[in-house]
Amino acid sequence: MSTESKLSAALAAARAENRAALIGYLPAGFPSVDGGIKAVRALVEGGCDAVEIGLPHSDPVLDGPTIQTADDIALRGGIRIADVLRTVREVASAVDAPVLVMTYWNPVDHYGTERFAADLAAAGGAGCILPDLPVEESEEWRTAAAKHGLDTVFVVAPSNRDERLARITAVGSGFVYAAAVMGVTGTRTQVGHQAEDLVKRTRATTDLPVCVGLGVSTPDQAAEVAAFADGVIVGSAFVQRLLDAAGDEEAGLAAVRALASELAAGVRRR
Amino acid sequence: MSTDHHTPPQVPDARGYFGRFGGRFIPEALVAAVEQVADEYEKAKADPAFAAELDGLLKDYTGRPSALTDVRRFSELAGGARVLLKREDLNHTGSHKINNVLGQALLTRRMGKTRVIAETGAGQHGVATATACALFGLDCTIYMGEVDTQRQALNVARMRMLGAEVIAVKSGSRTLKDAINEAFRDWVANVDSTHYLFGTVAGPHPFPMMVRDFHRVIGIEARAQVLDRVGRLPDAVVACVGGGSNAMGIFHEFIPDSGVRLIGCEAAGEGVDTPRHAATLTKGSPGVLHGARSYMLQDEDGQTIESHSISAGLDYPGIGPEHSWLKDTGRAEYRPVTDDQAMQALLQLSRTEGIIPAIESAHALAGALELGRELGPDAVILVNLSGRGDKDMHTAAEYFGLLDDPGRDPGAPSDRAITTDADEKLGK
Repeated sequence: MSTESKLSAALAAARAENRAALIGYLPAGFPSVDGGIKAVRALVEGGCDAVEIGLPHSDPVLDGPTIQTADDIALRGGIRIADVLRTVREVASAVDAPVLVMTYWNPVDHYGTERFAADLAAAGGAGCILPDLPVEESEEWRTAAAKHGLDTVFVVAPSNRDERLARITAVGSGFVYAAAVMGVTGTRTQVGHQAEDLVKRTRATTDLPVCVGLGVSTPDQAAEVAAFADGVIVGSAFVQRLLDAAGDEEAGLAAVRALASELAAGVRRR
Repeated sequence: MSTDHHTPPQVPDARGYFGRFGGRFIPEALVAAVEQVADEYEKAKADPAFAAELDGLLKDYTGRPSALTDVRRFSELAGGARVLLKREDLNHTGSHKINNVLGQALLTRRMGKTRVIAETGAGQHGVATATACALFGLDCTIYMGEVDTQRQALNVARMRMLGAEVIAVKSGSRTLKDAINEAFRDWVANVDSTHYLFGTVAGPHPFPMMVRDFHRVIGIEARAQVLDRVGRLPDAVVACVGGGSNAMGIFHEFIPDSGVRLIGCEAAGEGVDTPRHAATLTKGSPGVLHGARSYMLQDEDGQTIESHSISAGLDYPGIGPEHSWLKDTGRAEYRPVTDDQAMQALLQLSRTEGIIPAIESAHALAGALELGRELGPDAVILVNLSGRGDKDMHTAAEYFGLLDDPGRDPGAPSDRAITTDADEKLGK
């Protein structure tokens, strides 16, 4: 991209403060479309530098029970892609933080690659993370994304060999999403020791920021990851806060805001 | 019609595509493992010792070649067309599934992995996998939708008897699709030690090709057996399709025989005009599910639509990519068969031939009955009898009212008349 994207700028701003960025994830439509919009805004209000909005899918193969439950609630509530795009639009117009969409490939493919990229960009979205779309199958999407000024964030895993990391980072943009562990989404008591090694190996292939996700849920874990990565990605822990609030919207939003603020302090700890 | 030796089409391509279908849509965490499977399979194919060991197992453990049975009394119900059954139900473990499982179990050992996971719908793939794991001393975990653990309870007990852990999957539709999701989640987390012994011709490349190859033996045997028995090729080959493994296995060798119609029977459940069916090729559209592009049942937003079939093994909203390719090229035809048609065919084969088929295979039998009436008495129809029906006695007993209900007058008729077309035609 000729000019720096909104996503790159947000990560650069964190780097300029000599700290890691905090990226929060919540699915759209959870616990309702309007409730979800407020919850994503609460992520930013609490201190997230960027947000990922999940487009719920019927077959979330890479998600653990927490996000599966949230996706299920959203789908039972009748969430449509149009509602996800409205969520992006309302969040993007209310906050400065870049708004990404994270989802599986089939909803985007079925909606139409070009149409989805155009509509996401028009809604103010900054890019997309498509964890089941490997580089080999991604050319059509990347072309559409680039045309509409969207970043494509690729996920890398501890099992990736160096030459494959190089191949992935060569075509990704915005940042690289490094999976801390081999596994699905969900909170874990320990951030895997593989994460630091993966960040190191990924950095050797690219100048893109490398952000770590999967299993990070506490301020201490955020601080631990922030010591070696450019960003910390948290999802399931936020979803769990909303599940724990069990329908009490204000309590749920307050809990999301509070966790975001604790994690934001975590990424600033040195 | 030529009966010379011939070569089936060289698909898929290097990226796993059958025309526009197939491919490899997987997370990075699985790329290395899937590439390892592909590499090891290529090496094994070139290794005569691998072929020799597999052939030995297929012969002495599975009991191959499986029989070809003329079903003359059943044929009377099929407009007099000569129906021949390829008896995969007679394989050890009771279905075709063992062919692929033994191949992949050998591959697991070659890769140095010690644990196997698998999905199962009807439980036949799960039983075959648990069997091979017992034979090779591998740890085994089977994922099965909770709905299926109930309707195929006998197979759950068989798997546990064989030493496998059976996990009832409670997410989504609680059937085969969700069992596959859960198996993928396990694989992502345990990929170093674990091989995902995928049970059908779907999934990311190389699974559609490799599983097909391990089942090709069905069609190779059957083609030679029919030529030997009848003196010519059949007019049609009929098989049921869920994911499509038994159908690919019997179809593949016949693809170059342009005069042989290839007919897949998919589950129409309560009817393709109702929401309760699993007729992926009749009602679906191309999309990506479980790692490959193929036809699938999906809504306007690309969300998978839950399927329904009385048969757990066909209750799947996707299908293998090679079938999608065969449909689009017109080389194979796919027909919907309802729950009721399948159950009637199950009863008819039982009553006319003393062979109780699996409900899955009964879909193919129903298709053969219809086709025979279309083609007339000169036709020869080869049907893949992919599995035996022992596992389905619970469902069949409920459907037909076969068990004595303590609360019911023993003389009262069951809810569903068990007198069939067959009884009338056979003068019972």
